[in-house]
Parts: sequence; C-alpha cells; structure tokens
Amino acid sequence: MANSTTEKSKVASAETTNAMSVIAPAVGWLVPGAGHLIQKRWIRGVLLFVSIVTLFLLGLAMQGRLYKANGGDILDILGFVGDVGAGALYLMSLAMDWGQGAIAFATADYGTKFMIVAGLLNFIAVADAYHIAIGKKE
Amino acid sequence: MTITLNHFSAALVFSFFASIVFGITHRDNARDMVRYGAYCFVMFLGGVFVAGWLMWVVKR
Repeated sequence: MANSTTEKSKVASAETTNAMSVIAPAVGWLVPGAGHLIQKRWIRGVLLFVSIVTLFLLGLAMQGRLYKANGGDILDILGFVGDVGAGALYLMSLAMDWGQGAIAFATADYGTKFMIVAGLLNFIAVADAYHIAIGKKE
Repeated sequence: MTITLNHFSAALVFSFFASIVFGITHRDNARDMVRYGAYCFVMFLGGVFVAGWLMWVVKR
C-alpha cells in the first residue's frame, strides 16, 4: 500500500517535471525571465527580465535595425535568429513596425547589436530555465 | 524617442546587463552568481580598453 502511494507520487512528480520542462522554456522565450518566475526563482527572473528587456528597448531607442525572416546572406540570417530570441518583444516590434534602422546614426549599429544580443541572452536564459525545470540546477 | 550613447557608454551598458545574465545563468548559488557577474563585467570592460589600445597601435 505504502509502495503504491510512493510510486504514484514519483510518477506525478515526473509528469510535473516533464510539463514544466516544456512550459518554462516556452514561457521564458516569450517573456524574458518568466521561465524562472513560474518556477519561483523570483530575483533571478526579475533580473533577467530587466536586463534583457532593457537591452532590447535601448537597441530600439538607438534606432537599431530589426531583422526579419530572410534568405539573404549569413549575417542577415544570424541577425534574424538573434532577434527572434527576444520572443514577445520581437513579435511586438514587428507588429508595430519598429526597428527600421537609421544608417545616418553611427550608434544605430550598436542598437542593432543590442537587440541581437538581447535575443541571444534570452536563449541562454531559456536554457537555464530548462535546467532548473529538469532538476539539473537549483 | 531616440537615445544616443557614445561608444564607451554603449559598451558600459552592454557589459553591465550581459554580466548580470551571465552571472545568473552560469553559476548555481547567489554568491557565485554575483562574483562571476562581476568578473564578466571586468573582463568585458577590460576587453574594451585592450581592443581600443590595440587599434591605436595598429593605426599608428
């Protein structure tokens, strides 16, 4: 009797872990830091959110260019992959037609890189959320 | 709204936020996270100075 209860709780725990190992990365991609927040890592989640969102918004404010899906040269493709990492920020910027870029401003290039790096950092954060979900990290 | 940062300010801001993310994602406990984040920040900024002086040497 005790063994079947223990077995059931182990299975339930494994199912919860498996669900969270999918939900946390997905939510974390969409909203930077959310993958940590839903796993009750409050400080980490907030810091990740603030850092990644600030970098992306600063990039937009610096007149950086947002890459769209393209079949162009490798750097354009990599730029797109980086930008996509920002999740909802990228989708919202696309919808609002932001990130047109401004060749006239020298620092606009920095803005472009800020947005790409924000996306790439979010990919790292998503991986971290996944590792927390599978128990590899506390 | 347009923000204009000079090159060093842009590097400083970038280093600060990237170091926070690196610290959180590459270490397991709070103390190590802070230490590694600070280390990354110093390395980023140090790299900016080194690269700047290297470019000066090359140009010279």
